[in-house]
Amino acid sequence: MRKLLLFSIITSVGIIFIARLFYLQIYKPQAYNLYEDNAIRKVYDYPKRGYIYDRHGALLVANQPSYDVMVIPREVEPLDTLELCSLLKITKEDFIDIYNKAYTYSPRLPSVFIPQLSRNDFAMLQEKIRKFEGFYIQKRSLRDYQRSIGANVLGDIGEANEYIIQKNPYYKMGDLLGKQGVEKTYEEVLRGVKGIKFIQKDRFNRDIGPYKNGIYDTLPQAGRDITITIDATLQEYGELLMEHKRGGIVAIEPATGEILAMISAPTYNPNLLVGRQRSANFTKLYNDTIAKPLYDRGLQAMYPPGSPFKILNALIGLQEGVVTTEERFGCNHGYSYGGRKMGCHGHPSPVAMNGGIYNSCNAYFANVYRRIIDKYKKPSEGMDIWSKHVKSFGLGNYLNNDLSVGQPGKIPDSKTYNRIYGENRWGSTYNLSNAIGQGEILTTPIQLANMAAAIGNRGYYYTPHIIKKIQGGEIDSTFTKPIHTTIDKKHFEPIVQGMFDVYNHGTASTVQIPGIEICGKTGTAENFIKIDGVKTQLTDHSIFVAFAPKDNPTIAIAVFVENGYWGSRFAGRIAGLMIEKYINGEITRKDMETWILTHGLESEYQKPYSGQPFTINKGATIDIIPLEKDEKQNNELKSNNNLGIRPKSSEDQ
Amino acid sequence: MITAQRESRGLRLDWITIVLFLLLVGFGWVNILSASHQGEVTNYFDMEQPFGKQALFIILTLALIILTLAIEAKFYERFASIIYFASLLSLLGLFIFGKNVNGATSWYAFGGMTLQPSEFAKFATSLAVAKYISDLQTNIRTLKDQLRCIAIIVIPAILILLQNDAGSTVVYGAFFFVFYREGLQRIYLIIGVVLILLSVFALKFGIIFTVILTAVVVFGIHFFGKRKRPMLIETISVLLLCIGFAFGVKYFYDDILKEHQKDRISLWLRLESDPEKLEEMKQTILYNLNESEKAISSGGLAGKGFLQGTRTTGKFVPEQHTDYIFSTVGEEWGFLGSALVVILFVALLTRILYLAELQKSQFSRVYGYCVASILFLHFMINIGMVMGLIPTIGIPLPFFSYGGSGLWGFTILLFIFVKLDSNRLYDW
Repeated sequence: MRKLLLFSIITSVGIIFIARLFYLQIYKPQAYNLYEDNAIRKVYDYPKRGYIYDRHGALLVANQPSYDVMVIPREVEPLDTLELCSLLKITKEDFIDIYNKAYTYSPRLPSVFIPQLSRNDFAMLQEKIRKFEGFYIQKRSLRDYQRSIGANVLGDIGEANEYIIQKNPYYKMGDLLGKQGVEKTYEEVLRGVKGIKFIQKDRFNRDIGPYKNGIYDTLPQAGRDITITIDATLQEYGELLMEHKRGGIVAIEPATGEILAMISAPTYNPNLLVGRQRSANFTKLYNDTIAKPLYDRGLQAMYPPGSPFKILNALIGLQEGVVTTEERFGCNHGYSYGGRKMGCHGHPSPVAMNGGIYNSCNAYFANVYRRIIDKYKKPSEGMDIWSKHVKSFGLGNYLNNDLSVGQPGKIPDSKTYNRIYGENRWGSTYNLSNAIGQGEILTTPIQLANMAAAIGNRGYYYTPHIIKKIQGGEIDSTFTKPIHTTIDKKHFEPIVQGMFDVYNHGTASTVQIPGIEICGKTGTAENFIKIDGVKTQLTDHSIFVAFAPKDNPTIAIAVFVENGYWGSRFAGRIAGLMIEKYINGEITRKDMETWILTHGLESEYQKPYSGQPFTINKGATIDIIPLEKDEKQNNELKSNNNLGIRPKSSEDQ
Repeated sequence: MITAQRESRGLRLDWITIVLFLLLVGFGWVNILSASHQGEVTNYFDMEQPFGKQALFIILTLALIILTLAIEAKFYERFASIIYFASLLSLLGLFIFGKNVNGATSWYAFGGMTLQPSEFAKFATSLAVAKYISDLQTNIRTLKDQLRCIAIIVIPAILILLQNDAGSTVVYGAFFFVFYREGLQRIYLIIGVVLILLSVFALKFGIIFTVILTAVVVFGIHFFGKRKRPMLIETISVLLLCIGFAFGVKYFYDDILKEHQKDRISLWLRLESDPEKLEEMKQTILYNLNESEKAISSGGLAGKGFLQGTRTTGKFVPEQHTDYIFSTVGEEWGFLGSALVVILFVALLTRILYLAELQKSQFSRVYGYCVASILFLHFMINIGMVMGLIPTIGIPLPFFSYGGSGLWGFTILLFIFVKLDSNRLYDW
C-alpha cells in the first residue's frame, strides 16, 4: 500500500493532465483560424469598385475616396480625448458612446469609429492620428453618382452589419457592400476581392514583420465594370414625367428582354445615400411611410391590372377555340348574369373581337371568359387551363431576374376558389371579375411590361434583366433564352391589330404620336385602402400597357399612375411620351408633355390622410404646377447633387 | 540479470532513465529556441539569446553527469551531512552576497553568470534525509525522529522562504511522500487530506457551511463508525480542532496572505463573483495564465509546427521560456506533443520509483523516493499551473525550463540516483 501511494498519484496526475490537454486543445477550440488569431494583424487592401455604365456607355456611377477612422479598443492608450473629439467634430459623450459600442463588438477587432470623413477633416487628422494609439485611418472608396437618376435601379452601398458578417465571413466590420439595386445583385462582380496582409505582432502590439514571410498574403483584385441595360436619357425623362405623381414605369426591349427604364415615383437623389449623411438620410427616406420613396413601385407594387388583362383572355379564348375573331357579342351597358350586372360604358353593340378590344367591352370579355372556364365539365378544369395560359406570360410568379427586389403578383387557379367556396362549389360567374383584370388578379408593372413584350414578340419573351455586359465575364445564360407562351403564334395577329386600333380609334386615341404605330391597352383599376379600419375606395389607378412599333417592336412599356383615374389620362400620355422619346429621341407632342409636367396628384394623395370626407373619380382633384418654376427647380436639382429628395407635395415648394 | 551481474561496475547504468532524461532535455531546448528566438536563427550558440546559453548549459551538464557518475557511490552516503551543511551555508550566504532578481534574493552573481543555490539545496536535502532515515538508530514512527526529519527539510525551506522565493519552498512538501513510504503513520496522511479539504471548503463555501459539514461527518463517524466508539469528549475535541483550523485558514487568507497571493487562490477556487472585477483580474494577474491557455488551445491536435506558433513568436506569454515553457509545446506541437511530454515525465517518474523499490540499501531507496517526489511536485505544479489547474506558483519544469542552475540541480539530483542504482548489486 505504502509503495503504491506516490505511484498512483503520479499516474492520476498524468491522466488528469492529458484529459485537460484534450479539453483545451481538441474539445474546446474551434478550428484554428488565422483570421481570428489576435497575434496576427490583418491589413486589408480594398480594390476599386467597378463602375456602372448605361446601355450607351454613359458613366452612371464612379468612385470617390473616403476615409474611415478605425479603432481597436484594446490598443487604445490614454489620450487627449478633447483634442481627438475636436478633430473628429464629435462631443465627448459621442466619443464614449462610440467607443463602448466598439468595445462591445470586440475589444480586439477593428471597428469603424467615424465613417467617411470629409476630405478636409481627413487632411487635418492625417497629421495627428499617429498620436492616438489604437486609432488609424482606413481608406475606402465611396460611390460617386454622376447623374441624380435611377436611385431605385442603381441602389447604394452601405456598411456590412453583424448579420451579414455572420452569414458571409468575407465581410468585416466597416466593409461596404451593395444594399439595393444592381449594387446588391452584382455585388461580387463590382466589389472585386480585397487583398490582405498578415503581419505578426508581439504582445505590445508592435508589428514584427510579415507572418511567414507573407505566404498567405493576397493582392486585391479590382472590381469589374458593368454595363446595365438602362437608357439613361429615357430613365431621366421618365423620372421627370413622374414628378408629382406616384407610380411606376417599366420599359423593356422585347427582342432581348433588356430593361430600358425602370422608374418608381417618388424617388430620390442617389447621392443622398453616400458619405457621412447616409444613415440620417436613409432614416428619413425609410420613415416616409406614406410616399415610400424606397419602395420600388415598378417592381414591388402589386395592383389589379384592369383592362390590359383582357387581351390575355382574348388570346386564351382563341387558343382554346371557344371563340372566333368574327363572333359578336351584344353589350347592353354591361353584362347581366344571375340577377347581377357587370357594367360597361357606352359603345356600339354588338362587337366582335377587334371592337371588343378597342372599346374595352366588359360584356364581350365576360362572355369569352365564361366560355373558357365552362369549356370542360368541371369549372375547375377550365380554371386550371386558363391559369396555366396566364402564367405562361410570366404573371403570378417571380420573374427570376437580376433585380434586388420583386413580387410574385397573384394569378388564381382552381385551388384558390376551392379554398374560398369549397370543392367544385363554384362556377365561372363566381369569379367573373377575372374577365376584366380585377378580382383575384394582382400584377406588378414589370410583369405587365413583360406581357406586352411577349405579345409584341407574338408568343415569347426573354426574362427581363438589367445586366448588359460584365467586364471580363458573361451574363447569366437564362437571360438569352426565349421563354415561349402557351399561345400559338397565329392567334396574336388579330389581338395586336386590336391593340393597334385602341390607339387608332379606341380608348387611347388621344395619345397618338405622328409616325409611330403603337399597340396599347388602357386600364382603369379600382382600388381600396383601409382608413381607420374601414375599407374605402380611392380614385382608380391609371394604367397603360403598350409596345411599339407594331411590327418588330423595340419597346414594350407598362405605366401605372396611382389614383390617376382613367387609363389614358396620365398613364397613356406618359407611355406615349416615353415611346416617342425612345424611338425618335425628341418630342413632337409638346402639348402632351406640357400637360404631364404641369399636372400633379399630390392633393389627391393627401385626401385619405386629411380626415375629411372626400370624393373620388369624377370628384378627383388635380394640381396645376406652374411650368417655369418647376423647370427652375429641376435645374437646381441637377446643379446640386446634395439636394434632398424631390419635393413630395406642392406645399413643400 | 545474470549477465548484468557479470558486467563491470561502471557500465551498469539504467539507460531507460538516461534516454528519458535526454529526450526531455533535448525537446526542452527545441522549445526554448522557439520561445526565445527573434527573427532568423543563424547561430544556435548565440550567447546573447536564452537558447544559446541553454545550449551551453546542456553541454556543461554532460560534463557534470560524467563527474557525478565518476564519484564513488559510497561518497554520497558518507558525505551527505557535509554536502547538506555546505548547501545551508550557501543559502545563508545569500543574505550577505545575494543578488535580487524579480524581488527574490536567490542568486549569486559571478561576472555575467548567476547561480541559484536553492536549486542545489534540493539534492543536498535529499541526501541528508536519506542519510538520516537510513540510520539504524532512526525510527520514523517515533515523534522525536519525525521532528528531526522535519527539521532537516524545514531549515532550508525557511531560508528559501526568507529569500522571498515562496515557489521553491512549496517543493519541500514533497518529502512527505518519502516519510510516508518509510513508515510514517497513516494518521498523518488522513490529517493532511482533511486539512486540505477543510481549507478548500472554508474558502470556497464559507465557515458556516464547513462547520456544519464537519460536525455532521465527525458525529457520523462517532456514532456509525465501524471501530470501537471513542469517548464523546475526544470526538468533540477533534471537531473543535477542525473548526479552529477552518477559522485559522480564513484568517490566514484574509489577513496574512499578500494581495497577489490571495488573488491567485481566489481565481483558482473561482471565489470572485463580480464579473467586472473578474475581467480586471484577467487583464492583470490572470494575464499570464490567460495567454498561456490560449496558446495551448490554439495548438489543436497537431500544433502549428516548430517555430510557427504565432503567440509564441509574438511573445504573448510572459516568461514563456522559463516557467511557461509548456505553453510553447502546446502551441507548436499540439495535443500530440504535449501529451508526449506528460507521458515522458510519467514514465521517468515511475521508472525512478520502480528502481527505488529495487534498491537493497535503504539510503538509495529513500534517496530515489526523494528524487521522484521532488521531480513530481515540480511537474505537477508547473504543468498544472500553465494549464490553469493549480494556482500560480512560479517553479520551473525540470529539464525543460530555461536556466542553468535549475538544469544542473535537477541533473545532479537525478544522476546521483543513477549512480546509486548502478551500485545496487554491490550493496548489502
